[in-house]
Amino acid sequence: MFVDFGYGVLVISFLLAIYAIGSAIYGFKSKSQKWVESSRLAMQLTFPMISLSALSLIYLLVTDQYHVAFVYEVTSRSMPMYLKITSLWGGQSGSLVFWGWLMSAFATAVTLRKWDRDQEFLPWVVVVSSVTLAFFLGLVIFYENPFVKYWQTFSGEVISAMFQPAGSVPFSPPDGRGLNPLLRHPGMVIHPPMLYLGFVSFVIPFAFAIAALVTGRTDDRWIRITRRWTIVAWLFLSIGLVLGGRWAYDVLGWGGYWGWDPVEIAAFMPWLSGTAFLHSVMIQEKRGMLKYWNMILIITTYALVIFGTFHTRSGVLSSVHAFAQSAIGPSFFIFIGLTFVTSVALLIYRWADLKSEAQMTSLLSREALFLLNNLLFMSILVVCFWGVIFPLISELLTGQKVTVGPPFYERATGPLFAALLLLMGIAPLSAWGHSTLKTLGNAMWKPLVAAVLAMLVVVFVFSIYEPYALVGFFVVFTSAFITMYEFWRAARARGKAQKENLLVALWRLAGRNRRRYGGYLIHLSIVLMALGIIGIEMFQSETQGTIAQGQSLKIDGYSVIYKDLAVFDTNDNRNVARAVISVEKDGKYLGELNPRRDYFYESQQPMTIPGVRSTMEDDLYVILVDWQPILSTGATFKVYHNPLVNWLWLGTILMILGSVVAAWPDKDPDYAPARVRREKKAVYQPGSAD
Amino acid sequence: MTRKLMIILTVSLMAFAWATQVSAQTPLPSDDEVNAVARQLFCPVCENTPLDVCPTQACAQWRELIRTKLSEGWNQDQIKQYFAAQYGARVLSEPPRQGLNWLVYIIPPVLMLIGVYILFRAFQSMRKPVLADVEIDESKIPDSDEYLSRIEDELKKRN
Repeated sequence: MFVDFGYGVLVISFLLAIYAIGSAIYGFKSKSQKWVESSRLAMQLTFPMISLSALSLIYLLVTDQYHVAFVYEVTSRSMPMYLKITSLWGGQSGSLVFWGWLMSAFATAVTLRKWDRDQEFLPWVVVVSSVTLAFFLGLVIFYENPFVKYWQTFSGEVISAMFQPAGSVPFSPPDGRGLNPLLRHPGMVIHPPMLYLGFVSFVIPFAFAIAALVTGRTDDRWIRITRRWTIVAWLFLSIGLVLGGRWAYDVLGWGGYWGWDPVEIAAFMPWLSGTAFLHSVMIQEKRGMLKYWNMILIITTYALVIFGTFHTRSGVLSSVHAFAQSAIGPSFFIFIGLTFVTSVALLIYRWADLKSEAQMTSLLSREALFLLNNLLFMSILVVCFWGVIFPLISELLTGQKVTVGPPFYERATGPLFAALLLLMGIAPLSAWGHSTLKTLGNAMWKPLVAAVLAMLVVVFVFSIYEPYALVGFFVVFTSAFITMYEFWRAARARGKAQKENLLVALWRLAGRNRRRYGGYLIHLSIVLMALGIIGIEMFQSETQGTIAQGQSLKIDGYSVIYKDLAVFDTNDNRNVARAVISVEKDGKYLGELNPRRDYFYESQQPMTIPGVRSTMEDDLYVILVDWQPILSTGATFKVYHNPLVNWLWLGTILMILGSVVAAWPDKDPDYAPARVRREKKAVYQPGSAD
Repeated sequence: MTRKLMIILTVSLMAFAWATQVSAQTPLPSDDEVNAVARQLFCPVCENTPLDVCPTQACAQWRELIRTKLSEGWNQDQIKQYFAAQYGARVLSEPPRQGLNWLVYIIPPVLMLIGVYILFRAFQSMRKPVLADVEIDESKIPDSDEYLSRIEDELKKRN
């Protein structure tokens, strides 16, 4: 019953989305508020409908209904309840339902807002959201249906189909294959939802941008409405990326968090263009400039969001992430092409309306530095995009498949990231409109002196002489001290003026301008993350060796001593080889680690779980590579020493905090600072209701 | 018979001694030496997995092959070329610098330079010819927070 019900409401949701598109366009054309309102209601109805469908699927997952092919593929009886629920996004068809569910939630949320001042945007926001939703629902209904059931023909063959084929009877396997072991990690349980939330939330600013282009209301209203959506999208995408990194660190056993895998990069690209957009929109808000550029950025981000999902789902590119491969690639390709071409055509059509309302007056003004920041983000994006698609081009033209791996990306993006980091520190010091070297120098010299002093400590106390690392540390310190100095300077001024202590002054200051101080917190979080990245990228060391019990491996002052090994079966169909090793540093006992190798009988897949000793100074990361199964006298271990890596995760927490501060709603959501430039009147006038 | 036996024994001992000596002179390369090469190669059959961390049996055998090649005196480049010849260029962590592959290295910097040029032109076209000492009327620069402007004024007074 739940199978047919879930599929049925999914089909109805698809039809509702199609209706919403038609109704919204007709309402706009005929200036009929009634039809526009109808489209909004249809859009809103998709959320409860898809919720019913998703909940039906979850019910099938948790009740072990293995006659449903999707349930059979991603769950098994031995799996705990929480994993059965999260298996919804553990396979291709379920994750597409999940994408659609989130999309409908966000589209519904946006249509629930007050539209009094922005009535003309409504039909086109509904159209864009519904087109995106209908596309994903269409994929589920026509290509990747999670409600397909198993049937057994009289010849004994087991086939899968939504409806009972003639001459067949229902078939239900006794147990499922179980979730891919690599996806059972808590990080991977949360990583896809975060990433999808990020992807889906970026559809909203895109929808408003298209609405602005279609209606001709190309002032900064669409940006003001979607500012928080964009920050939320950016936050979710950032969390998704970091969780993906944490998952890779904990599960893949590679000793690192980022492998420049094509799917990682595919998720990273919308983050790059989205971050550029977050900065660039400020120029339009403050100075009325770069309107066309903001449109280009949000169109690019939307295309990259679909491209990211396409990569994960189509399996076109070889990648460890491409678990699910299917024939939906061409559909994605056509959809990306159509939406991109349509968006660009609209942009060209409105090009004349997107002229700047002000002029650049100084190469050191904040808008100029933000532009430079955009150039750097887009340069990294170009490197990433080209690196991802080049293997396809090579294969297509020469038949030869090549790998574009970490050395290429690291060499190309390293200097760009360093420049970005430095710019991140400097740009907030410059003023909108006009800045000079003198004003910037006045604001910068004290933090610069502090950074130089910190570098002296790095060189003479920590004896670090690696040139690239020194450049990295200098950039990090400079950005950090400038940002902290900005906090201190403003807090001190307020404290003196208002007779408040520094902490109270800082708190109230941040409350008065959440966007600015939330942004500063995010900048500080990036600095912390950069510290972690420099640590692991520049100073990681590793060693591997086969040792007998009682023997040790040595790395950077640590001794890893092999104590014992146990091999046993578990209740959830795993065979576990678990080593006991003790860790010493300079002769002092630090504790025990248990690296292990799990072998999943159901999926016949091994999984390497490292034993990790974590401190803010470093991680000691031990992997059990191999062992003697009978005598247990010798085992091969790989040991990584990862300095500073935990600053990366700590930075993420601060980034979340900063984003929450920046996105926290003001008392008056429609508050807008007085603007010098004239407000343009909207071309479209809300139509009269029938 | 005894003499023959003595000769065989002597030759065997010499052979053993020689073999031991050779073995002592060229010990098998360590795991770290093997991984130093394997790190620069990708698993020929897996999906985007570096050879030094790939957990499959096939990759373990390829790592042993690297060990053998190293013990035979091959250098890193020779081993990489051997793998590329056997399994194709996809095992290399970067496309070899030849033919169409040059595009992967050329296109990004070219596009970046075009970006820099566009930015430069944009600056030129957007920029007003202002004198360094021209005072900008700050009241017309829309900062977001009057309160912060007041703080800035306060700071100026103190400085």
